[in-house]
Amino acid sequence: MSVSAGASTLAQRPGQAAVSRLACLLVQPLLSRVVRKIARNHLSLFARLGPHRSTDFLIDPVELPFALHLRPDPQALVLRAVPRDAAPRAGAVIRGRFLLLLELLDSEEDGDAAFFSRDLEVAGDTEAVVRLRNALDDVDGSIAEETAEIFGPPGRAILARLRRAYPSEPEGHPFP
Amino acid sequence: MSNPELICPAGTPAALRTAVDAGADAVYCGFQDATNARNFPGLNFTPDELRESVAHAHAKGAKVLLALNTYPPAGKVDLWRQAADIGARLGVDAFIVADMGVADYIARSHPGIRLHLSVQAAASSPEAIRYYCEHFGVKRVVLPRILTIPEIREIRKEIPCEIETFIFGNHGLMVEGRCSLTNYLTGQSTNMDGVCSPASDVEYARHGDGSMSSQLAGFTIDCFGPGEKAGYPTICKGRYTAPHRSEGYYAFEEPVSLNLSRLLPDLIDAGVHAFKIEGRQRSKSYVRGVVSAFRRAVDDIRAGRQANIADLVALTEGQKQTQGAFETKKWR
Ligand code: SF4
Repeated sequence: MSVSAGASTLAQRPGQAAVSRLACLLVQPLLSRVVRKIARNHLSLFARLGPHRSTDFLIDPVELPFALHLRPDPQALVLRAVPRDAAPRAGAVIRGRFLLLLELLDSEEDGDAAFFSRDLEVAGDTEAVVRLRNALDDVDGSIAEETAEIFGPPGRAILARLRRAYPSEPEGHPFP
Repeated sequence: MSNPELICPAGTPAALRTAVDAGADAVYCGFQDATNARNFPGLNFTPDELRESVAHAHAKGAKVLLALNTYPPAGKVDLWRQAADIGARLGVDAFIVADMGVADYIARSHPGIRLHLSVQAAASSPEAIRYYCEHFGVKRVVLPRILTIPEIREIRKEIPCEIETFIFGNHGLMVEGRCSLTNYLTGQSTNMDGVCSPASDVEYARHGDGSMSSQLAGFTIDCFGPGEKAGYPTICKGRYTAPHRSEGYYAFEEPVSLNLSRLLPDLIDAGVHAFKIEGRQRSKSYVRGVVSAFRRAVDDIRAGRQANIADLVALTEGQKQTQGAFETKKWR
């Protein structure tokens, strides 16, 4: 089963395609560094993915100018920024606000609750999504902070700013 | 008044450490196979992970309970026996079992380790519970969620073992341990394969108007309007149409969460020995939030302080919650 990216993302404004391509070029070197470091530090993550190490995931932070293509294969790890109109067909798509995705990555938010409240959208192979979720949930500490650390003080400042830029969840604890 | 233990879920070693740090007295977990009723992809423990987790929990004064709470299909008991042997070797503090054959094996092979009777055994009368105590030495029964507090109080007087009750979490109880709905559609059994609504059979489809339908094995079991809260894709909580009901309706049960925070003082007064929180399939975020909130509440009640019930009620904010049969038998 595979799904394409476009279904529910915002319609492109004029010039957006160019912005998106430029943004992808800019972030790619950072993504490559990040993913190599995370993979080195958290080897056990791959075991929980089972057969879905070779699945193509499309992670779509709705307000960013690009999506992320992840193939969590430890032998040939892929994490790349892709313009939405050029995204590969993915086995599974995970879509939501950027900070929500960041919080899910760090288990600061509960994935089931985010899904039930419709803030998080998944499509395609549900087992692949469940495995990725469980694999990430078994990681101790904060992947977002580890990522920020790679870039030293500027990285930490950007993360702090990002967190401030979003209002906190209005609903209190979201557990169903 | 009892001094109840808080029994908390863990689907991964990281969740177990989170639960222990948040104040769990005991954590329950399972292996990555059909021997437990949360046999979900990417979830649960390898033997090595369980060894490290038991050491971690014990170092912090918490217990580890191993769920072997499914029923072996006829002639296929080896997997359950091996799991019990491994658990015993790794030093788990108790086994949670449903099947009499599994209970019998453990009682004979590992008599020094406590046996807890799973909710999956659906033992709800003093006679049934006493049977398990007398024949297999069961030390604690996890009561099915069909009893009122006065009934629990009565049962307590008539049985020789401890009582554990669920206090929070997903509420799916089509006669616990005997639901075959998922088996009917997917060919997999909750009670024998350990998984209801296997993720590989679940699909979500978004429609042009913003609505989303959930499907199990190709059958649509619910459709949520744009922005409407969604729920677990289990058949028992699906909305269906019928010739006389053209609007989708909950034919079996509504997707509500059990939340007994308001009844905690009554349960303690009734002599319940342990409170169980559901959710091995949930994230560390859920474990951290729910376990720490109930830890505070139980400690407050025990110390004669007013528990902050509002905090606990907020745990289910946005979702419907119920006190189920614990409050009244009128609950459907
Ligand atoms: S269909 Fe509902 S009651 Fe039956 S096993 Fe699944 S969750 Fe439990």
